[in-house]
Amino acid sequence: MNSTHTFLSTPPFIESLIKKKILGKLMLILLAAVVVWRMGTALVENPSLFLQQVINGLQLGFVYALIALGYTMVYGIVRLINFAHGDVFMVGAFMSFYAISRLQLHTWPSKLFPNMNSMLSVGIGSITVVILSMIVCALMAITIERVAYKPLRSAARISALITAIGVSFFLEYFGALPFVFSANYITYKRPFEVTTWVANGEGVQTLARGIEVPANSVIFSNIAVLIIVASIILMVLLQYTVTRTKIGKAMRAVAYDKQTAQLMGINVNMIISITFAIGAALAGAAGMLYAIAFPQVVFWMGIIPGLKSFVAAVLGGIGSIPGALVGALIMGQAETLSAAYISTPMRDAIAFSILIIVLLVRPTGIFGEATREKA
Amino acid sequence: MFKKIDRNKLIFFGGLIGFYLVIQVLQLMGIVTSFLSTILSMGTVLAIVSLGLNLIYGFNGQFSLGQWGFYAIGAYSAADITYRWSNNQDTSALLVLLFSVILVGGAIMILYRTLSRLRGLDALSAFVIYLLATFGFVFLSIKLGGLLTPAMNSALGALPEWLSFTIVYILAVLIAGLVAAEISFLFGLPVLTLGSDYFGIATLGFSIIVKVLLDNSDTLLGFEEMKGARGMIGIPKVDDWGWFAVFAFFMIVVVVTRNLLHSSFGRAIISVREDEIAAKAMGIDVGFYKTLTFVIGSLFAGLAGGLYAHVNAFLHPDTFNFIRSFDPLIVVVLGGLGSMTGTIFASYAYLLVVEWLLRQILPPGFENWRFVVFPVILLIMMLLKPNGLFGNFEMPFLRQLLPPLKKKPAAEAAAAPQEAAQ
Repeated sequence: MNSTHTFLSTPPFIESLIKKKILGKLMLILLAAVVVWRMGTALVENPSLFLQQVINGLQLGFVYALIALGYTMVYGIVRLINFAHGDVFMVGAFMSFYAISRLQLHTWPSKLFPNMNSMLSVGIGSITVVILSMIVCALMAITIERVAYKPLRSAARISALITAIGVSFFLEYFGALPFVFSANYITYKRPFEVTTWVANGEGVQTLARGIEVPANSVIFSNIAVLIIVASIILMVLLQYTVTRTKIGKAMRAVAYDKQTAQLMGINVNMIISITFAIGAALAGAAGMLYAIAFPQVVFWMGIIPGLKSFVAAVLGGIGSIPGALVGALIMGQAETLSAAYISTPMRDAIAFSILIIVLLVRPTGIFGEATREKA
Repeated sequence: MFKKIDRNKLIFFGGLIGFYLVIQVLQLMGIVTSFLSTILSMGTVLAIVSLGLNLIYGFNGQFSLGQWGFYAIGAYSAADITYRWSNNQDTSALLVLLFSVILVGGAIMILYRTLSRLRGLDALSAFVIYLLATFGFVFLSIKLGGLLTPAMNSALGALPEWLSFTIVYILAVLIAGLVAAEISFLFGLPVLTLGSDYFGIATLGFSIIVKVLLDNSDTLLGFEEMKGARGMIGIPKVDDWGWFAVFAFFMIVVVVTRNLLHSSFGRAIISVREDEIAAKAMGIDVGFYKTLTFVIGSLFAGLAGGLYAHVNAFLHPDTFNFIRSFDPLIVVVLGGLGSMTGTIFASYAYLLVVEWLLRQILPPGFENWRFVVFPVILLIMMLLKPNGLFGNFEMPFLRQLLPPLKKKPAAEAAAAPQEAAQ
């Protein structure tokens, strides 16, 4: 080693600091500390408000999880960011709206069997509506897949992405036409009455209408319960389908290696269509649940939830079903907590900042596989 | 004595200038209405943005959706400079941004040289160093700008009005580009380490973060004149020679891009697109070229933003919505990835079809159908020509003087984001 080299080389202690990636870690730790401190003080100051936000975040997170599953499954199998998925969600919400408001579909059990328990009849009616919008969404997704994506399967991936954007625009603006869904906000009629419960140190009571919420208590409604229960049931069903059934096995095989799966006698085109259909069905259910929680429907309502769920899917590791759930719950919490404690208008920016930071730490998401991309 | 003039060069420049003159004459004759000429200006602006994206995505293979965010940054920073000058005769924004651009740019260059000696420095730590330096120099330039503003105000005020405004306008557009470029460097440094799709998503996030910040520019950022989600008004419109300025910048961008691509830089970034590992094995600094391409692409986006602000004279955060951020991507893919000719034609075609042609074709009362018909056209185009309108075609002047690459096997070509360059 000559003298110039020794002059220019870095001192050993700096070298060891660089090896430990100390600065980047420090910044992340600092950021984490600020967030933890902010949340901690919020929890200590007003625990009931904090808990309330967490419950609201859970409600939102489970809806996001249902949408995120569609993104993650489609990406896992055809490596396509399906931008039209958020609009499928919108169509699901509108289908349930028409079924409830125009067709009164949710009242069919009480009309057929007038003596039936009202709760049971409403439950069966609502489930019918959900199933209807799931079927409509699934059929629509299969059509979209067959018409727009299948011809491009052998072309470059970006062409399919552009068609996805085109389909998304088409669904939005076609929905905005006056004789389709119209460009207005439409109030959504819930198929059941909202019941609100108050929980505090004294136990859980029903909150009567028009009565103020007592201090130091957390309120939650049957909507939150419904969303969480319905989402968990659907996700368990999905997990069962993917891991235990023959179709699920075929789906995993196609996601792993399309050509080999075809050699093994799997109908790849059909499996891809089924994947799109399952994802869209979940989005349809999520559309109804979202509209029940936030009772308004409009033609562009799918854009932001779709984007948030997509971020959730990426955050959890795209292609992984538990990842989608975890990512969606994080997104839900991030949205409500940042709206409550940091800044309401900045909540979308904060959600994306979380995504970017998580990607910097774990480049393939929380549950993502560390394999290198083929493309 | 005289160098022989290249025929291709002659055709190219003759064509561009001819196009400009024809439009100018048609404008004077009144055949091209002011509406149509606004569309042409917008098309030129979109062409500049898309050329930047084409450099990033088409030639370097980095799937970026952040172009629209840099466009927004450029638009707002240029608009702020000219707004303050033309409304209050105030050069504070000009001076502060000018100093920060120069100081931060210099700091980044010196730091890059210094830090490249440190082996094994991870991107995040480097980002922290750059960020601290940026904050320091921006603070310094705010102080420096505040000191020099009164002197500059009187100096520029002494000049005739058209001259001072021209100086401010051109500086504003250049500064807009540089601001976007430096922010893209800071953002790209850690994020460029991500894989292709993840990089796209992170840049999409950047666009959305910029849009949210602009929505709250009057409250959170403290720029009263930007008026947040109500939209920024009072930006001076460059009417009489605005089209000339836009077209001149466009020509400069085209020539700069072409020359970049014909240099070792262009060959390096194309090799990075084709195969990163092989490029690395050939001694190409992959990280450096990725960052540089991203910065140059964003520079173009910032320039275009500065031009757009003065063509439109009104800025609204909704223009920079992430939905619109697909515009340059659609243009680049529609024109053909890695084809400058295609990008230029597609950006004019895109705006002409959406804003003008569909308005003419559709019967009155059906204007809402424009955005229903356009996606269908887009779908049909993509299904018929998945490689874009022009594919790999390039005008003779812009064409790369490279031996054609060997054709890839079919399976590999399908997996790759784009076809190999001819």
